[in-house]
Amino acid sequence: MTDLSSTEPKAHRSLKVADARTKKRNAAEKRFRAYGIVAIAIGGLFLLALTYNILKAGLPAFTQYVVELEVTLTQDEFDAAESQMLKTAAYTDIFIGNFEANLAERGVAVPYDADAIERLLGKVGGDIRSYYRENLDDIGQPVTFQLQTSSRVEGYFKGRVNRDTIVDSRFLMGSDLDIVDALRDSGVLTSRFNWDFITGKDSGVDNPGGAGIGASAIGSLFMMLVVLFLSLPIGVAASIYLEEFAPKNRLTDLVEVNISNLAAVPSIVFGILGLSVFIQFAHLPQSAPLVGGLVLTLMTLPTIIISTRASLKSVPPSIRDAALGIGASKMQSVFHHVLPLAMPGILTGTIIGLAQALGETAPLLLIGMVGFVAREYPDGVVSGFMDPNSAMPAQIYTWAARADVGFYEKAWGGIIVLLIFLLLMNALAIFLRKKFERRW
Amino acid sequence: MTDYKISAKGVQVYYGDTHAIKDVDVDIEDKTVTAFIGPSGCGKSTFLRTLNRMNDTIDICRVQGDIRIDGEDIYDSAVDPVQLRAKVGMVFQKPNPFPKSIYDNVAYGPKIHGLARNKAELDEIVESSLRKAALWTEAKDRLNAPGTGLSGGQQQRLCIARAIATAPEVLLMDEPCSALDPIATAQVEELIDELRQSFSVVIVTHSMQQAARVSQKTAFFHLGNLVEYGETDKIFTNPEDPRTESYISGRIG
Repeated sequence: MTDLSSTEPKAHRSLKVADARTKKRNAAEKRFRAYGIVAIAIGGLFLLALTYNILKAGLPAFTQYVVELEVTLTQDEFDAAESQMLKTAAYTDIFIGNFEANLAERGVAVPYDADAIERLLGKVGGDIRSYYRENLDDIGQPVTFQLQTSSRVEGYFKGRVNRDTIVDSRFLMGSDLDIVDALRDSGVLTSRFNWDFITGKDSGVDNPGGAGIGASAIGSLFMMLVVLFLSLPIGVAASIYLEEFAPKNRLTDLVEVNISNLAAVPSIVFGILGLSVFIQFAHLPQSAPLVGGLVLTLMTLPTIIISTRASLKSVPPSIRDAALGIGASKMQSVFHHVLPLAMPGILTGTIIGLAQALGETAPLLLIGMVGFVAREYPDGVVSGFMDPNSAMPAQIYTWAARADVGFYEKAWGGIIVLLIFLLLMNALAIFLRKKFERRW
Repeated sequence: MTDYKISAKGVQVYYGDTHAIKDVDVDIEDKTVTAFIGPSGCGKSTFLRTLNRMNDTIDICRVQGDIRIDGEDIYDSAVDPVQLRAKVGMVFQKPNPFPKSIYDNVAYGPKIHGLARNKAELDEIVESSLRKAALWTEAKDRLNAPGTGLSGGQQQRLCIARAIATAPEVLLMDEPCSALDPIATAQVEELIDELRQSFSVVIVTHSMQQAARVSQKTAFFHLGNLVEYGETDKIFTNPEDPRTESYISGRIG
């Protein structure tokens, strides 16, 4: 029989030796940490793979290949070309004539073939003509042009085709590649950063080399302005009312539930709403950044309201008590004390909402903000909220859907530009949060 | 009949279905410190918050009965609670300075109530309030430092300075020393004693020693009832109600 009050000493156990229970707990903790690290590693790996793919496919879009050539166009040549039926073709002929002489002058030995040159530099006629029409004073003066090669030649340099896989077509013949190589080796044909891609507008379906994302970036910018100036005041006012002033009853409960539900509504639904309300009913112009901005405002509002309410809720009630306790009115306590403390959260929520809106494509397709050829705009710059335009994600979508493989890299390049904008916006959100937090 | 500063008759407070304050009658004198004591949950803080209508901010709270300050019914529909709270200041249990500078903390009340015509007058109010709250010597060189950077005791004195800067006539204090160490407590208690010269002070406290030290009148609350109310000396030495005696001697609570 065991005696409870036995004086037998309890076996001494060192703290340095873990007992079975402790070992089990420690092992479980180690396992959990390992799971966490594995999860993060997997996430990081995916991110890395994604970044690598995007950069690999998209970076070529930022390079273009140009031929440098000095041209002196005489007044007679200009007048003659302008009087022709096919004006750009006339300029192309002038250029090709000059080109041969110029190459000989520079001592570049190229197996010369006028048809091949025309294929390699398909757009030169148009480029030269539009230059002289804008700079009439330069007629008769020597002008150095950097003329873009056709997208097929770019495809050769960027590895889309090589001598074995090339299929002869009216765009590029296998035999043309000898000329291309010779031009490059002699330094006449060089590569440079593709500013046209950053600043330019969309191009025709057969000219991926001339496509740029600039015009649609401006469209996105106009839309974001509309979204910012509508959704921030409306969203913040709605949240302050709901959070601080509204009586708690069935009606406000209903409003609250519906705001949460709106945040989960597919964006295409907002697009069809915008189509029927803003375009068909209110007769706002199709494809206008104003309409796009209105639709995206509807989409962004729930996000802003939810995050604003969350940050208002997180302000300690003692601050409200303190203000009310010395005779501040409800509104003074909110605007003088609660709102400044909630500001970092509100701004972060707003910028995240804007970033979401910036990347949104589906609703824009429905209101006609899909990529277009900006031929109607000689200057190429889209000038306002009412002018038809595209937006970056819609432009990317358009490029991805085009048949010419040259647009493939444009789509990826566009994604790089879009991601840079998103990163900048997130950086701004972090900066603002830090700045407002430091005030107290 | 004496003119009381605050006179409450038949006060009932409900939180939803809970009957938190049951038919309380209390008359509070001017320029006196009145202590509310009692075990946790007895309703003393709730009753204190009815005196400046801070309970209005709680949706489910209902107040019935008659509470008069200087003879005016403060629950009359014509009374603006914002004006009432400027007249009846409040200091809370946990120090809650605004996340602004010391100066702005004190100056905020006078600013919104228009008590100062210019910067010089505002400076004067800030200085005199900080002096009255015994914080001036510590704070005068760092008026632009954040109020939240002070120690707990200093923060509470800052809150007191903030409350008296609006020139209230009554000061309600809800366990103002519960978050403070003994030295800070002693400073605040000394302060309360000085404030009695200018205001009527009502203080809720868990510490019977504190009630005995600072107050002239004491009210003992139990389960929502006002059990006993009278001179502090009498309550602590010769209570009439057996429940008061049990509480004071530590048998209930």
